[in-house]
Amino acid sequence: MQNEPEITSQLVKDHGLTSDEYRRILDLIGRPPNFTELGIFSVMWSEHCSYKSSRPFLKKLPTEGPRVLQGPGENAGVVDIGDGLAVVFKIESHNHPSFIEPHQGAATGVGGIMRDVFTMGARPIALMDSLRFGELDEPRTRFLLNGVVDGIASYGNCTGVPTVGGEVYFDSCYNGNILVNAFCLGLAKADRIFLAKAGGVGNRILYVGSKTGRDGIHGASLLASSEFDETTEDKRPTVQVGDPFTEKLLIEACLEIMEFSWVVGVQDMGAAGLTSSSFEMAHRSNAGVNMDLSKVPLREEGMTPYEILLSESQERMLFVIEPGHEEEATAILEKWGLDAAIIGEVTDELGVRIQFEGKEVVNLPTLPVVDGALDLKRETERPEYLDQVGHLNLTELPEPARGDKAFTKLLACPNIASKEWVYEQYDHMVRLNTLVLPGSDAAVIRIKDTKKAVALSVDCNSRFCYLDPYEGAAIAVAESSRNVVCSGASPIGLTNCLNFGNPEKPEIMWQFEQAVRGMGDACLYFDIPVVSGNVSLYNETKGEAIFPTPTVAVVGLIEDQSKVMTAGFKQSGHCIGLIGFTMEELGGSEYLKVLFDRNEGKPPVLDRKHEKQVQDFCLELIQKGLIQSAHDCSEGGLAIAVAESCFGAEEGALGATLELESTLRGDALLFGETQSRIVISFPEELTDQIEDLALSYPVDFSLIGKTGGSQFTASINGKEYIKQDIESAKEIWKTSLGRYAGQTT
Amino acid sequence: MKCGIVVFPGSNCDHDCYHILKEILNQETHWLWHKDEVDLSSFDLIVLPGGFSYGDYLRAGAISRFSPVMNSVIRFAENGGKVLGICNGFQILLESGLLPGALMQNHTRKFICKNVYVRVESSETPFTQKCNDKSVLEIPIAHHQGSYYIDPHSLSDLEEKGQILFRYCDAKGDISESSNPNGSVGSVAGLCNEQKNVMGMMPHPERCADPLWTNIDGQSIFQSLISQS
Repeated sequence: MQNEPEITSQLVKDHGLTSDEYRRILDLIGRPPNFTELGIFSVMWSEHCSYKSSRPFLKKLPTEGPRVLQGPGENAGVVDIGDGLAVVFKIESHNHPSFIEPHQGAATGVGGIMRDVFTMGARPIALMDSLRFGELDEPRTRFLLNGVVDGIASYGNCTGVPTVGGEVYFDSCYNGNILVNAFCLGLAKADRIFLAKAGGVGNRILYVGSKTGRDGIHGASLLASSEFDETTEDKRPTVQVGDPFTEKLLIEACLEIMEFSWVVGVQDMGAAGLTSSSFEMAHRSNAGVNMDLSKVPLREEGMTPYEILLSESQERMLFVIEPGHEEEATAILEKWGLDAAIIGEVTDELGVRIQFEGKEVVNLPTLPVVDGALDLKRETERPEYLDQVGHLNLTELPEPARGDKAFTKLLACPNIASKEWVYEQYDHMVRLNTLVLPGSDAAVIRIKDTKKAVALSVDCNSRFCYLDPYEGAAIAVAESSRNVVCSGASPIGLTNCLNFGNPEKPEIMWQFEQAVRGMGDACLYFDIPVVSGNVSLYNETKGEAIFPTPTVAVVGLIEDQSKVMTAGFKQSGHCIGLIGFTMEELGGSEYLKVLFDRNEGKPPVLDRKHEKQVQDFCLELIQKGLIQSAHDCSEGGLAIAVAESCFGAEEGALGATLELESTLRGDALLFGETQSRIVISFPEELTDQIEDLALSYPVDFSLIGKTGGSQFTASINGKEYIKQDIESAKEIWKTSLGRYAGQTT
Repeated sequence: MKCGIVVFPGSNCDHDCYHILKEILNQETHWLWHKDEVDLSSFDLIVLPGGFSYGDYLRAGAISRFSPVMNSVIRFAENGGKVLGICNGFQILLESGLLPGALMQNHTRKFICKNVYVRVESSETPFTQKCNDKSVLEIPIAHHQGSYYIDPHSLSDLEEKGQILFRYCDAKGDISESSNPNGSVGSVAGLCNEQKNVMGMMPHPERCADPLWTNIDGQSIFQSLISQS
């Protein structure tokens, strides 16, 4: 073995550890760590693995509920859906790798989140992605968009797990730091959930999957846990390389092995690879682990213990099995053509001992490594920018006489335009469960052999979060929940991915604190438990932070598959109704950004009680079979929501005529983004019944128009405000993003 | 009808085919593992499902043709047994020489997953006899290498012998460049061998055969096969 470098203060710093943290290591283990051990502390105490900045705040999120079988802390959250089944889901970031190497970064993000789910014994049945790129004029944006989408497609498609939905946003705040948040949902038997446990003494540690190589070393500590600067390109070797075919084999083999009762625990080797999986399993079971690295299947010769332990090579899992079943296990793995090796066993030492070529190279107690990083009491301070952007004087904002130009401009803007160019590259139908294809409010996945289905939606309007992180995060919860409700589902759980800037800055921690509070309060009010999540900090380049982006994914349950609702109008001559009322709110709107290039003001007000009533009312309408479509009003406001319902009609596009009465500015009425509004359509004869039900809640409800014809027209107080041919409008909306993405300059 | 579904390690539409044949259409259906070379003579139909057989990092289907199960499938086909290859299964049939031509990358150079229309070009085969000539079916595609190619001479040969079974078209059945999603020559979406017992197609009929969805156009292909056994 090569001589190991001497531990110097520079070496400690290069490992991302502060001198305080190094002193703490000395205190906790009572001696200086060797080089390999320093590497272990470096990854395990990194922001990415230890949550040292965020953990104190996260405690405020509600995580319990009658359906919750497993909350945060495991690989993914587990929620009971009845019939002896449970859904297992989580969302996770892969931001920095995707900015440096978009294809592999995004692909391995998908691979990682899938492993988190099948590690728990669940078959992955749906993927979604929340993607955020820089502005269109930024030269790198097109390259990143193409690379990320291609990476997701290549990985998800090959594994046979459908990518059924997601979101794509563009804003200049992501120019130097894109966001790739991958979500996966799996289905498991409620009484067969696997945890990362090591169990009793003598149990065998079984290594499964790809051989270990030199890729991804320090991905978690150095790449994910620091800002981007001029040296970022040099970190490309910390990006892992994915092999979706091996992942597919791993899914099948792992699920087959997990049928047996001698499987004690499972953990995937994700961030911090073999190190975190072995230490965490031992720690959670109050046990120890003894491993021999000479037995680890390696991709290349001459790898050191340091490299083997810190490698983030993909598609690897660690199983703990009862002794005596080694041959049964390896037979299954061989059937699927996977590498497997017994590399150690469980001990009663409360520590991890690691040998390599006959020598002990690591001997560390588990507690300091897994739980020793101090929770940092990061300072918080309200950022000054809020005083500059917080006020929007509508009287100074010129009001156009007609809305046609704004209407077509918004339809073409990539945040609103159809994401067809993206989702047509994903196999969104494989496994025959996708009841509602991408493009509606939420994706709906049927649960085979039951009458049930689950609805999934991922959301966050980061402009709102920039203007007010508390309200913005609460709106993200409300909107995601509203989307799920619009497809006929009751929300049952939520997972979050909290993307923020550098936590060492008090202004960033203030945003973080506010957003987590806003999310927590909303989840508590709407009774949606947070069951899993991920924090991604240091999303900054050269001191410029992204907008706070607390992405949430809400999962909802539909008891009866035949009661699934979609956003598209169904028939000519149906009435169009609006649940909720509109206020004069243009702050943070897409309209303000696209027409005036401004992101100012206050985000729309979220009245939680009203929101809850709107959602409950909509759900009752769907369950009683009174309506034919339901679509949430979000970016672009009422006009865009109605237009999208027109475009979603099954045959081509169906026109609509809106006749509005209002004292508001025309642009605020049609393009403002007031919350808690849902556009519905229904046969005329049901109007009285719907109005009566609205009164009984009570919830605001108004008839606003009719479907039919070849035009989209909207008049305000009898005066025509927008009139556009619906087919041409659809063409603009449908092709805009693809034209941008495919454009060669 | 006794059906066998071949499972390569990277097959991912195998469960979907099983679901349709077994659960929806109530046919006796068995799995066939790629490592097993077995006698298939008792089967009425062998399905090569979609997916990424061995990862397909090389050319799609290029490795599968060397798998033990393909020896059995080739023997079965040579004896007149009916073989249906869907998507990756179609690619494997071409690589194995059971069907003529080749599939290249889509001309968009992207994976495409969406519903398309295909026109039935011949109903005089075991795979299409329940369809009407020139009728239009709506069936999804999901592939990256689905651009069919064969030289012009061989293409007209296929046409003359009635081996072209499906062409991409629009909702009315008209064939044009804009209704051809992947750049296939002659808009070919599916074809059979001269003996008409081996058929390959890029669209996925198993994805539109479950009555939980409104579109069950894909059933006509499976019903055609069932009606003869």
